[in-house]
Amino acid sequence: MNAMKRIRPRVGPLAATTERARSLDVDALLDDLDTEIIVCCGSGGVGKTTVSAALALRAAERGRTVVVLTIDPARRLAQSMGIEALDNTPRPVTGLRPSGATTGGSLDAMMLDMKRTFDEVVLSQTTPEKARAILENPFYIALSSSFSGTQEYMAMEKLGQIQAEGHYDLIVVDTPPSRSALDFLDAPERLSSFLDGRFIRLLLAPARGPAKLMTAGLGLFTSALTRILGTQVLRDMQTFVAAFDTLFGGFRQRAQKTFSLLQADGTAFVVIAAPEPDALREAAYFVERLTEDEMPLAGLVINRASVPPSVGLSAAEATAAADRLAQVSADSSTAGLLRVYADRSRIVAREAHLRTRWATEHPGVATTVAAALASDVHDLAGLRQVGGLLADG
Amino acid sequence: MNRVSDWPDARLHVVTGKGGTGKSTVAAALALALASTAKDVLLCEVEGRQGIARMFDVDPLPYEERRIARGLPQGGIAPGSVYALHIDAESALLEYLSMYYKLGRAGKALDRFGIIDFATTIAPGVRDVLLTGKVYEAARRGAENTSARRYDAIVLDAPPTGRITQFLNVNGELAGLAKVGPIKAQADKVMTLLRSQRTVVHLVTVLEEMPVQECVDGIADLRIAELPVGGVVVNLVRPGDLGQADLRNARSGRFDREKIAADLSFAKLDVTHDLVEALTREARDHAERRALEDQQRRIVQDLGVPSYELPRLADGIDLGGLYELAALLRAQGMA
Repeated sequence: MNAMKRIRPRVGPLAATTERARSLDVDALLDDLDTEIIVCCGSGGVGKTTVSAALALRAAERGRTVVVLTIDPARRLAQSMGIEALDNTPRPVTGLRPSGATTGGSLDAMMLDMKRTFDEVVLSQTTPEKARAILENPFYIALSSSFSGTQEYMAMEKLGQIQAEGHYDLIVVDTPPSRSALDFLDAPERLSSFLDGRFIRLLLAPARGPAKLMTAGLGLFTSALTRILGTQVLRDMQTFVAAFDTLFGGFRQRAQKTFSLLQADGTAFVVIAAPEPDALREAAYFVERLTEDEMPLAGLVINRASVPPSVGLSAAEATAAADRLAQVSADSSTAGLLRVYADRSRIVAREAHLRTRWATEHPGVATTVAAALASDVHDLAGLRQVGGLLADG
Repeated sequence: MNRVSDWPDARLHVVTGKGGTGKSTVAAALALALASTAKDVLLCEVEGRQGIARMFDVDPLPYEERRIARGLPQGGIAPGSVYALHIDAESALLEYLSMYYKLGRAGKALDRFGIIDFATTIAPGVRDVLLTGKVYEAARRGAENTSARRYDAIVLDAPPTGRITQFLNVNGELAGLAKVGPIKAQADKVMTLLRSQRTVVHLVTVLEEMPVQECVDGIADLRIAELPVGGVVVNLVRPGDLGQADLRNARSGRFDREKIAADLSFAKLDVTHDLVEALTREARDHAERRALEDQQRRIVQDLGVPSYELPRLADGIDLGGLYELAALLRAQGMA
């Protein structure tokens, strides 16, 4: 079996129903006490972090006890929530403005510290001496702090922890900007298959003593590994795997538990896209993959959509008029206004076309559209505004 | 328009940027621009998206260098070609093993025991090592490997800004992990190239607060890791249809509405109050965004690295658009 086969190929839109696109009722989703986890996914740069925070804030101001978990390495959420440093513990966000007569809502925010989460898992699963041996192993240090992929495992681990602690009635998760869209979904499965794999058992074989497995194949295997890695690296790896062995069972169990948590009824996946071909293609991939894995998909958010002009003048008419004016006076202000208008209309038309096409390919996916704001979001007021746009979609 | 390139020594151009800023578009345009004067350029992608194939409207790329386009023509000299390579970790590993170790049966044993799978999907950082290793191999041609095609420049459509330093520095991490042995030797060689004057890391941003902040942070991280920072490409810049005076009027709402109405009527449009209002409202919105863009532009200019601007094309990017952007990069001295 090779890696390429395990990465699932895109199947296609599966548009086999005639159902019309519904609109995503954000407030109904947030108010539904059965919604316990909202997972926001989407490709990088679509405003995923902002939408996660906006949904969390809106839910809190509508009375729910919310925590928002962000995994982005940047301090973006921290900036947008006016918190200087987010660490691995949820911190209360102040300045909430409960809507209407609502009482009792609260919002905590936290940013995932990948290494610390990993360390905590190790410490909670084994004896202090053994934990120390693992924490000091050079392979562990590399694995837990700087290499990509670990983030996805730890994001799901942290989600599982927060859910198990049960302090919140809604957890909003912002997913890592993964290399491939759904690494965080594949992470648990990959971890399990790795731990069950022959490779790990082979690495463990020498540490376990009697060389029952010493077949010709293993001899070749070991000599090839030694040639590629060198003896020192191989020894470090073996030490690491041997020390980690006792933990593996626990890891696998937790990973599988998290996966079924994601499939549960209390979870809602919200896919976020910008009205751009690449982002919508990624969104299509997410939607298809979630459907295939029987993950509960709440709907699609099209973020930062351009606002259509309020009059019916077409881009072509506006451009023609601008040209006519420019012939008479090269620096005509009105020509400039018409060009700005035409530019906007063209973009709106292009976005509308992309959206309609997407909806036709994916009937039945509830959708909400949030208009682009003229300025960046960096405070609660901005998040509140985005929340309102999402709800009015 | 015949500016000398700002990066005469660079063989390897690494292009990164926050998601949504159009780094792949910029990488493709840069490859076309670099291939303009009889030079052959290799454009590599490592994120498994097949974005190059889509942009250049060719079949999905295999793990094999394919000629995909002619460079941007320039001043009567026949342009070179752009070749493309889609690097996936598994193929790179198999190639690497057969190239350096001549493992034969032992290589098959590795596959049978699942190590290929392990190395390319799970093992910490190995994936990034393989991807950068392949780029290194292509960049070193001529010096080490004479049979394969030699390129005048290589453009790498790299992972996003948030991961770029980690991605490029992975060989440094690995060299630290393996203190002796073949892995260390290989990792050291890759790091030497990446830290040399032959490499530049360009960052793509748009004129919005968070992408610019990420760009600023990215540059700081690259400098800490002693990786060579190249230029900043400001992408998707709004068209400048309004002059400074008009922008001021738009922001304050002080337009001469009667003059606008007269102009519209002269241009044979049905003038209504709503139309005039819609035009001035769009103008105000545009002016507000332009002001924010100017703020961010100043931050970019204060970074102390060359910056280049590319317009947002209202109808999106097609192949013709890529050549248009390539010409702009060339005119500004990026290639």
